[in-house]
Amino acid sequence: MNKIILWFNQTGSPPRFDDFATRWAGPSFLAAMVLMAIGIYGALWAVPADYKQGDSFRILYIHVPAAWMSLSIFVIMAIQSVIALVWRIKLCELLAMASAPIGALFTAVTLISGAVWGKPTWGTWWTWDPRLTSELVLLFLYLGVIGLYAAIDDRRAAARAAGFLAIVGVVNVPIVHFAVTWWNTLHQGETIRLIGPSKMDSSMMWPLLVLLAATKLWYIGSLLVRARVLNLQQESRKQWALERYGEVK
Amino acid sequence: MPAAAAALIEADALCFSRNEERIFGPLDFRIDAGEALLVKGDNGAGKTTLLRVLAGLLPPESGQIRLQGADFARDGFVQLAAYLGHRHGHKAELTVLQNLRFSAALHGRHDEALLERLIAACGLAGYEDTPAGKLSAGQNKRLSLARLQAGERRLWLMDEPYANLDLAGIAWVNTLVQRHVETGGAALISTHGAYAAPAVPVRTLDIRRSAAHG
Amino acid sequence: MAEFRALLRRDTALMWQRRGDAAQPLLFALMVCVMFPLALGSEPTRLAQSAGAVIWVAHLLAGLLVLDNLYRSDLEDGSLEQLLLAPVPLPLVIASKVLVHWLTTALPVLLVTPLLAQMLFLPDGLLPVLMLGLTVGSLLMSLIGAVVAALTLGIRRSGMLLALMALPLYVPVLVFGAGSVWSAAQGLPWLGAIWLMCAGLALLLVLAPWAAATALRLALS
Repeated sequence: MNKIILWFNQTGSPPRFDDFATRWAGPSFLAAMVLMAIGIYGALWAVPADYKQGDSFRILYIHVPAAWMSLSIFVIMAIQSVIALVWRIKLCELLAMASAPIGALFTAVTLISGAVWGKPTWGTWWTWDPRLTSELVLLFLYLGVIGLYAAIDDRRAAARAAGFLAIVGVVNVPIVHFAVTWWNTLHQGETIRLIGPSKMDSSMMWPLLVLLAATKLWYIGSLLVRARVLNLQQESRKQWALERYGEVK
Repeated sequence: MPAAAAALIEADALCFSRNEERIFGPLDFRIDAGEALLVKGDNGAGKTTLLRVLAGLLPPESGQIRLQGADFARDGFVQLAAYLGHRHGHKAELTVLQNLRFSAALHGRHDEALLERLIAACGLAGYEDTPAGKLSAGQNKRLSLARLQAGERRLWLMDEPYANLDLAGIAWVNTLVQRHVETGGAALISTHGAYAAPAVPVRTLDIRRSAAHG
Repeated sequence: MAEFRALLRRDTALMWQRRGDAAQPLLFALMVCVMFPLALGSEPTRLAQSAGAVIWVAHLLAGLLVLDNLYRSDLEDGSLEQLLLAPVPLPLVIASKVLVHWLTTALPVLLVTPLLAQMLFLPDGLLPVLMLGLTVGSLLMSLIGAVVAALTLGIRRSGMLLALMALPLYVPVLVFGAGSVWSAAQGLPWLGAIWLMCAGLALLLVLAPWAAATALRLALS
C-alpha cells in the first residue's frame, strides 16, 4: 500500500506528471482506437440485426458506452474533487477539472446517439424518456462545473469551487434520476424503455464490452492530455517548465 | 534568548502564492504580548494577503502558523484576535449604534454602557443614530476601530489602520494601540507609508525580506 | 440563542432598509403569469391545465433573479469577512440570512399565489396542493440557492452562471412540486411527493447552511 501512495505522491509532482502524461497519453489513445475499430466493426457488421428493431438498434453500441462514461466520469470527477479538497492535492484538482469537458462530450454523444436512435424508431428527434432527460440535466451539471472553473481567476480556488460543485452535483444525479423516472410514469402511465432490450444475447454482447473498454481508454488518454496542458499552463513560469519547453509567449 | 511564554502568534516559513506566482515568503516572525509588529511594504506587496493568511481566510501555500504555541485553529484565532480589514466591515444602511451593537452581540456582549463608552472614546458621540453611509471616511474608520474593541481580543490584526485619517486621527490610532499594548495586548499593523509608529516596543517586518527585525 | 437573534435583527433591519427590492420577485412572478396567457391564448381550459406548472416556474425564476443579493452586499463592504471571523458558527450566519431572504423574497410571491391561480384559472381544489408544495419547495430552493450563490461569490456578472448551476439542482424540486399538482388534477395520490419534499427539506435545513459555509470559505480563499 505504501508503495502505491509513494508512487502517487511522486507522480503528482508537476514535472513528473508531465513525464507520465507525455509517456502514456499516446499509447492510451492508440489502444482506444484499436479497440474502437474492433468494436465498431462488431457492432456494424459482425452482429446480426435485431429481429424487432432491425439495424437501428446498432446505435446502442455507441449510446450505452457513452452513457456509462458520462456517469462514471462525473463520479470520478467528484471523487477527485473530494481528494483535492480534503488533502489539498494539486494533481487531483487538475484531474478533476480536466475530466469535466470529457464527461460533457460523452454526455453530448449520449444525447445525440439517443436522438439518432429515436428518429427511425419513434419518428421524433427527441423524446422525454427518463434516461435522456437525466442525461440532459447531467449535461447542465457538467456545463456548470466547466463554467464555474472558467469564471474564477485564481486557478486553484477555481478548481476547489468547481470541485465542490461537482460533489454537490454527484449527490444530485441519483435524485434527479429518481425524480425524472417518477415524472415519466406520472405523465405517460407506463415506463417506456427507450433504448436497450432488457436481455441481450451473449453473441451480441461482445462489441459492447469492447467499446466499453475502448471508451475508458479514450477517457484516460484524453484526461492525460488535458491535465498535462492544465499543468503546464499553471507551471509555465517554473524552472522545470522553462528548461523543458522554453518560454511560452 | 529564552521566550518566557508562547508568542501570541508565530509564523514559521510562511509562504503564499497565487496562480503559481509567489506573493510573499518564506516569512518568519512572532508577536508577543506587549509589542506591536509593523508590516511594511508598497501597495500590492502582499500585506493584505499576509493578514488574510494569518486570519485563516486564505490557506498558506506552505509553512505554519501557531497561536499561543498551538497549531492554527479557527476557534483559537477567533477567541484570540480581532481583524480590521481594508473595507469598513459594517453596514452603510445601519446606524453607528446598530452596527456597534451587532458587533458586540456577536461577541456575546449586550452591555449598552460598553457601547456608549466605545462611541465616546472613538469621538463619535452624537452620531449614534447616523447611518454609517452618511459618515465621512475617517468617521467610518473610527467606527471600525470601535467595533474592533467590542470583542476585547488580545491580538489586533490591522490592515492599513491609518488610511483615510488626518494627523489627529493617526495620533489617536497610535494612542489606542499604545493603550492596548500596554495592557497586555498586541497588534500587527500593516502600512505602506512612513506614518509615525505607536509609542510601544515596535518591530518591523518588511514583507519582501524574510525575518522580522527591529 | 442570543447571537442568532442578533443576526436575525441585523438581517431584518437591512432588508427593511431595502424593502423596495422585495417587490421585484413579486412583480417578476406576476409578469411571467401575464406572459403565458398572452402566449397561449386566454381560453380557460387550456390555461387551467398549465396553471400549476406556470406558477411553479414563475416562483423558480423569480427566486433565481434575487439569489445574488444574498451575500453581495456583505461581500462588498467587508461585513462578510467580519462574519467569517466572528465567534459565531458560519452556518448559523447563513441560516439567518436564508431565513430573512426567504421571508422577504419568496413569501410575498407565495402570498400573491392565490391571485396568480385565479388569473390562470387553476381549479379551486388544486390551490391547497399548490400552496403546500410551493411553501416547501420555495424553502428548498432558497436553501439550495444559498449554496450555489456562495460558490459564485467573487465573480462579476455571474447571473447566467448562477442560473446554469442552480437549475439542475432545482429539477427534483420542480418535478415533485409541479408533479404533485398534476397528480391531484388527475385524481391520483399527490401527498407522497409533498412528503418527499418535506424529507428533503428536513435534510437540507441541516446540510445546506453547512455546505454553503464551506462553499463561502472556498469562494473567499
